[in-house]
Amino acid sequence: MSVVEIRRVTKEFKGGTVAVQGIDLEIEQGEFVSLIGPSGCGKSTLLRIIGDLVEPTSGTVTVNGKSARQARRNHDYGIVFQDAVLYDWRTVAKNVALPLELAGWDRERRSRRVEEMLDLVELRGFSDHHPWQLSGGMQQRVAIARALSFDPALLLMDEPFGALDEMTRERLNAELLDIWEASRSTVVFVTHSIAEAVFLSTRVVVMSARPGRISKMIPIDLPQPRTASTREEPRFFELATEVREALHLGGHVEMTV
Amino acid sequence: MASVAVERPVVRAVEVNRAGKRVGLLLVVLAVIWGLWEGIRALGIHYGWTWPFTVDATSMPHIHDMIWALFQRPNPQAPLLVVTLLKAAAFTAREAALGFAMGAVGGFVLGALLAHSRVMQRGFLPYVVASQTVPILAIAPMVVIWFTSVHVTAWISVAVIASYLTFFPVAIATLRGLQAADYRAVELMRSYAASRWTVLWKLRFPTALPYLFTALKVSATASIVGAIIGESPSSIAGGLGGAILNFSQYYSFQPQNLWATNLIAALLGISFFVIVVIAEKIVVRRAPEHVG
Repeated sequence: MSVVEIRRVTKEFKGGTVAVQGIDLEIEQGEFVSLIGPSGCGKSTLLRIIGDLVEPTSGTVTVNGKSARQARRNHDYGIVFQDAVLYDWRTVAKNVALPLELAGWDRERRSRRVEEMLDLVELRGFSDHHPWQLSGGMQQRVAIARALSFDPALLLMDEPFGALDEMTRERLNAELLDIWEASRSTVVFVTHSIAEAVFLSTRVVVMSARPGRISKMIPIDLPQPRTASTREEPRFFELATEVREALHLGGHVEMTV
Repeated sequence: MASVAVERPVVRAVEVNRAGKRVGLLLVVLAVIWGLWEGIRALGIHYGWTWPFTVDATSMPHIHDMIWALFQRPNPQAPLLVVTLLKAAAFTAREAALGFAMGAVGGFVLGALLAHSRVMQRGFLPYVVASQTVPILAIAPMVVIWFTSVHVTAWISVAVIASYLTFFPVAIATLRGLQAADYRAVELMRSYAASRWTVLWKLRFPTALPYLFTALKVSATASIVGAIIGESPSSIAGGLGGAILNFSQYYSFQPQNLWATNLIAALLGISFFVIVVIAEKIVVRRAPEHVG
């Protein structure tokens, strides 16, 4: 069954900028879908439309058979931004517990879940630290733990590793896949990086800019589970090339990669 | 764990060292001020300076005379000056503390209301600003008349006058602070379907705290000034305001008494300030570079 159904979605901002136009997209349970495209192709806007943080000008978004708004009210979304957006005045544990607090979990259940989540992102022992005492990569892992803590049906990630160095990014990519396998959640992932999109996804959605449209969908048939050696397989390069060419065909891309 | 246990004493030693340096610096500055005062005084008297004012024992008493005066009796029946002044300071402190509290709470509520609605902000903010252009000396008699007419104790009207000075910085800082949250932090709350109230208490209020404490520091000292000024229209003689009025009448005979009173008033202001700083240290948990 589809977790996300997007039908003819268009978003026009005040002033007439068309961020996305006529988007149709279905995402199945357990899929890992990456949205990739040049700046201004509306991939972040599309992510926000799915999460009901931005309202589409026209078209509909259905999540688990409900409207996006109802899905948001039912706590169906876990969101991770480019910056961790942790609350400075809360410890790591309390940051992870924030959505649980808002969902009305009792203290004991909260602390048990927080411990599980910190184990999952390998931050056991850091629960009493404050965010500013952690590295950027660790902060992002806290944000992931926070997003997953309440078992959302859908994990929305907006360039979550974009601000990190290449080595940390690759390590976190691998960790994210482990987490995805363990949690069996559905992920929508916005990225600029072709390698990241191919390595992580079961499907890459290539977008073009002005107005933002879907120009190609590329299923990624690399075997699971993916490891460091996946990045060295010939199939990985073929798929990366396919994504790159689709990006170029989308036009308006000043890339010479 | 072991590394933490090893690090602790080192950290402690560094902290003690740092505190020692701060106290040392304060003493150095005090010595410099003292030296400047006495130096200008000595030169002024020696060369007969008349600009910007005539320097003599009345215009610039010795600092040691001011301190010495604290431990004298202004007249043979009176207790030591320091005893009288500390009692007066305690009296003024009570007015100022209540005024500070009322101003802080009132300012916070006002700021929160203004932050809540742009319409209210546009409508009310100009009047809030205008309120501060009316001198407190013009407000004080009215407040006293209103409150005496309903039989409210005089020191409470003084507190109300003090709160007039303290609410403004708090209101402005609350307004600014409650709107300072990162938009993604707000989006995050939205994604959890948090109510407006939850967003206020779990996100906006904690974000506003550093702003709020900056304002509270300003208000803490302003509340003392407000209380001292408010005492004379309220005919209160037992506070620092009364002492200042009294000693300024005898300034030409005993200038050191007024200066001694000012020292005590300054100490009171500093202690209010320090209390706010300590509260801030306890309440606000922030990255070190954010602490201002």
